[in-house]
Amino acid sequence: MATAGTPLPSGEFHTSYRADMTIMPSRMSRWFLVLGVALMLLLPQMSFGGEYLVSEYALSMLITIGIFGIAALGLNILVGFSGQISLGHSAFFGFGAFASAWINNSFEIPVFWSIPLAGLMTTAVGMIVGIPAARIKGLYLAIATLASQFILEDFFARAEWFTGGTAGALANSFSIFGYEVLGDRSYIYVVLAYVVVMYALAANLMRTRDGRAMIAVRDHYLSAEMMGINLTKYRILSFGISSFYAGIGGALWGHYLSFVSVEGFDILLSIQFLGMIIIGGLGSVMGSLMGTAFLVLLPEIMEHAVSTVGKTDWGNVPWLRDGLAYFKEMAIGLAIILFLIFEPDGLAHRWRLIKAYWKLYPFSY
Amino acid sequence: MNTSLLIQLLVNGLIVGALYGVVAMCFVLIYKATQVVNFAQGEFLLVGAWVCWWVMTDLGLPFWVGFPATLIFMLIFGVLIQVVVLRPLIGEPIISIIMVTVGLSIFFQALMRWLFGVFVKPYPQIFETERVNIFGLDVEPVYIMSLIISIMIMLGFAWFFKFSRMGLAMRATAFDQQVAQSMGVSIKQVFAISWAISAMVSALAGVVVGIVNGVSSIISLFGIKVFPAVIVGGLDSVIGSIIGGLIIGVLENMAQFVDSEFLNWGNMYTVAPFYVLIIILMVKPYGLFGTKDIERV
Repeated sequence: MATAGTPLPSGEFHTSYRADMTIMPSRMSRWFLVLGVALMLLLPQMSFGGEYLVSEYALSMLITIGIFGIAALGLNILVGFSGQISLGHSAFFGFGAFASAWINNSFEIPVFWSIPLAGLMTTAVGMIVGIPAARIKGLYLAIATLASQFILEDFFARAEWFTGGTAGALANSFSIFGYEVLGDRSYIYVVLAYVVVMYALAANLMRTRDGRAMIAVRDHYLSAEMMGINLTKYRILSFGISSFYAGIGGALWGHYLSFVSVEGFDILLSIQFLGMIIIGGLGSVMGSLMGTAFLVLLPEIMEHAVSTVGKTDWGNVPWLRDGLAYFKEMAIGLAIILFLIFEPDGLAHRWRLIKAYWKLYPFSY
Repeated sequence: MNTSLLIQLLVNGLIVGALYGVVAMCFVLIYKATQVVNFAQGEFLLVGAWVCWWVMTDLGLPFWVGFPATLIFMLIFGVLIQVVVLRPLIGEPIISIIMVTVGLSIFFQALMRWLFGVFVKPYPQIFETERVNIFGLDVEPVYIMSLIISIMIMLGFAWFFKFSRMGLAMRATAFDQQVAQSMGVSIKQVFAISWAISAMVSALAGVVVGIVNGVSSIISLFGIKVFPAVIVGGLDSVIGSIIGGLIIGVLENMAQFVDSEFLNWGNMYTVAPFYVLIIILMVKPYGLFGTKDIERV
C-alpha cells in the first residue's frame, strides 16, 4: 500500500502561474464539462418506450437558453468585464436576426455563413453606437444606450429593404453543405456548437492582454489609462465584442423562429438580458448561462404554479388565471430587485460557495 | 406651410413640455439628493393616476377627497420604496442602482396592467371641457389648467428649496453628504423625504395627464421622455430640467410638424428627442446647466 513515491496531494494546489490561469482549475471541473456537453449531445436523441426523453417543449426551452445565453454572455463582457452599462442589447440582438435573414435572402449566401457574417455586421453597428461610449460612462452611457435602443427599433420599423418593415422578414432554416437542418431536434446541435465555441472564446478572452485591460478599465479607468491602456480603444472594442455575441445570438434566434418580426426586440428584452447577467453574476462567464436558465425558466415555473393553484377551489378565480402574463413580468422585475438586494454577486457566487463547502467536506475548517 | 398647425403644435409643445419639466424636476430631485437614477419615474405617474382614478370611480368619492388621498398614498409609497428597496443598496455600484429601479419599473407597470387592465380609461368629469378661444387658438381648459398647475409646482419647488428648513437640509445634502451629516442633518430623513416629494409631485403630474388623455400604461412613457429632458438641461440642475422639459416638448412637436409637412416618415414625434439626446451627449455631456464632475485619483 504505502509506497515511498510522491505522496498524494491532499487537495488541488497550483504551483505555477500557468496552472493558476487555466480555465478549468481542477480535474473534476474538466470532467464535469465534458460530461455536460456529452449529455447535451445525447439527450435530444434518447428515447424511452417510443417517446423522446426530452419533449418538444423542453427542447425549445433548451434552445432558448442556449441562444439567449450567447447574447447574455456578450452583455456580460460589456457590463461585467469592462464596466459599461448597456440598456440597448436587444436592439443588437434584433439587428443580428435581421442581418442574417437579409444576407441569406438577398445574396443567397447559405445560412451557415450568414450567421457569422451577421455577427460581423452587428459588430460594426455596435462599434458605431460605442463611439459616444468613448466619452461618457456610468449612467450617461445607460441613457445613451437607451436612446440607441429606441433609434434602432425605429430603424427596424422603417427600413423595409432590410427588415421587411412592419411585415417582418422570413428566415430560412439552417443548412450545412447542402444538407438542411430541419426541426428543433437537429437545430439544438447547431446552437450547442455555437454555445461551446462562444463560451470557450469568452473564457479565453479573459486570459489575454485585451481581457485584462478591459477588467482594468472597469475597476478604475483613470489608473488603467495611466498604465498605458487606451481607454477609447477598449471601450469601443468591448462594445464591438458584445455586439458580435448579440448578433450571433440574434441570427440563431431568427433562423430558429424562421420569422423575424419588428416587435420582438423591445426594451423589455434588453432589461431581461441585464437581469440574466445580474442574476447569474456580473463578470462571470458561466454565470451568464446560469442566469439565462433562471430567467427563461422562471415564467415556466410561474405558469406551473398558477395552473396548480388554479386547480384548487380557492385558486380557481379569474383574476388569478387571467393575470398570468402579468405575473410573469412582475416575477422578472421582482427577481432582479431581490437578487440585487440579497445576492448581488449572483448565482455564480452561490455556486462558488457550494463548491467551497464540498471541497473540504466534512472538515470545513 | 401650415401656419396655424405650426402655432397649435408650438402651444401643445409648451404645455406638454411644462409637464415634462415637472417630471424631470422630480427626477433631478431624487438624483441630486440621493444619487439614484430613477428609471421608475414614469411608474410613479402611472401609479398616482390609477390610484386617483380608482378612488374616484370605484369608491365614488369626489375629486377633492380623492386627490389628497392619492397624495397621501404616494407619500407612503415613495418612503416605502426608498426604505425597503433603495436603502440596502447605498454604496453599491451604479449598475445595481440603475437595475433596481428598472426592476421596479417593470414590476409596477405589470402590476398596474394586471389590476386595472390594458385599455385607456377616462377620468370622470372634473372640469368643464368646452374649448376656449385664446388669440385665435382652440385650447382645451384642461390644458390651461395643466400649464397653471405645472407653473405652480415649479414655484412651490423654488419656495421649498429657497426658504424652508427641510429644503435647506436637502440642498446641503446634495452639496456634500458628509458635511451635512456632521452639521446635524438626518441623511436618512432627507433621502426618504426626497423620494416622497418626488412620488407625490409625479403623481400630481400623472393625474393631470390622466384628466387630459385618460389613464393607461402609456403614461409611463413620461418616465422615458424625462431622459432627453434632463440630459439637455444637465442631470443635476433643477432649472435645467424645467428648461430641458420645455425644449423637448417643443422639439417633439416641431419634429412632428416637419414630419407631417415635409418628410412623411411617420414617427419622428417619438424618436426625435432621442437623436437630440445622443447629439447632446456627444457634444456637451453635462447638458446646458449641469456641473461637470472632475475626478481625481
